[in-house]
Amino acid sequence: MDIRTEIRDFINDNFMMGRDPSELKDSISLLELGIIDSTGVLELVNFIEESYGITIEDDELTPENLDTIDRMFEYINRKKK
Amino acid sequence: MSFSKDSLNIDCGKVTDKLVETLKKQVYVALNRGGAVIGTSGGVDSAVVAALCTRAFGPDRMLAVLMPEKDSSPESSKLGKELANTFGYEYVIEDITKALEGAGCYTNRDESIARMFPEYKPGWKAKIVLPSNILEKSQLNIFKLTVTPPNEEPKTKRLPLKEYLHIVAASNMKQRIRMLKLYYHAERLNYAVIGTGNKNEHDQGFFVKYGDGGADCKPIAHLYKTQIFQLAEYLGVPEEIRTRIPTTDTYPDEQTQEEFFFGLKFKTMDLLWYALEHDVPIDEVSKVMDLTSEQIQRVWNDIKQKHRTTEYLRMPSLHI
Repeated sequence: MDIRTEIRDFINDNFMMGRDPSELKDSISLLELGIIDSTGVLELVNFIEESYGITIEDDELTPENLDTIDRMFEYINRKKK
Repeated sequence: MSFSKDSLNIDCGKVTDKLVETLKKQVYVALNRGGAVIGTSGGVDSAVVAALCTRAFGPDRMLAVLMPEKDSSPESSKLGKELANTFGYEYVIEDITKALEGAGCYTNRDESIARMFPEYKPGWKAKIVLPSNILEKSQLNIFKLTVTPPNEEPKTKRLPLKEYLHIVAASNMKQRIRMLKLYYHAERLNYAVIGTGNKNEHDQGFFVKYGDGGADCKPIAHLYKTQIFQLAEYLGVPEEIRTRIPTTDTYPDEQTQEEFFFGLKFKTMDLLWYALEHDVPIDEVSKVMDLTSEQIQRVWNDIKQKHRTTEYLRMPSLHI
């Protein structure tokens, strides 16, 4: 399974309960739409670190890296290189 | 509308009169209660509420409850007593340490801390903090735990979700036990519990649901922190309380409210927040505050995000 699909599935399984799945698009801000809150961010960080064997440094915990599926995908690819 | 560094100035006399009248209507008429019970912490917010209640109900229809526990700063009770002496109302001291021990607050919290730092011992200083450089860089609000062994340098680690939730849930028992005590006194006296949260705390979710968020009236929940300080001076709150740096007084280590949650100075936050709420163009804000548009937008995004992600704290019980 590719990284985008894995991330999308994780968000669908953990944060989209009671919501319309078609809301979740790769470019939308998960924080602005309230799909993810502060505890959700922690779950996401945990998922990314454990699934892809990377360590997200403190200064990388930014919306620019983690607020959309697109950004997460780009960030993970950069870290894995 | 024009925006300046004076935009948050209030007419303290008018505001006081309005709050006093409203409190009387709420407590005497809407709630049909005979007076006010307030939890005073030695901080400026509860001091302002105490002063307002003295004007609304008179010192004979008020009771302040000071509720220290083993992690509290001794300053809190000292200043709480001084406040009571200043305004002439009765107070009681209810040490809630044993209640918290019985409820497992300290044990649960310390177990969580020890999972993060196996060498941790009760009695070490410990606190949780958010990133506090929001003007300098965008960031996600992820808490870190800092412990300080006696006579050593602090050690800090990012909190994983499980431990973050556990430490907060255990620590929140403090505010909930205080709510229990306040309602005990309110009910035996047929008084109302008057909340002491300000706008920053209420809107940004810096309170505990059914803890310090549990009250019958919340007379200052619409006022910015910087406006609270203006009122405090006008109402004659002792200078030592007015000049004390707002702290959480919750964790075993001292921490400011800015460090714990808000991430920047209240004066800056309140003006930027006011500008956001009043649709002041970002260029105008930038000139007045001497900040870049990027910095301002970062703060605005953070304010909006904290409001959004803490909405459930402000929700009443949901019915079918």
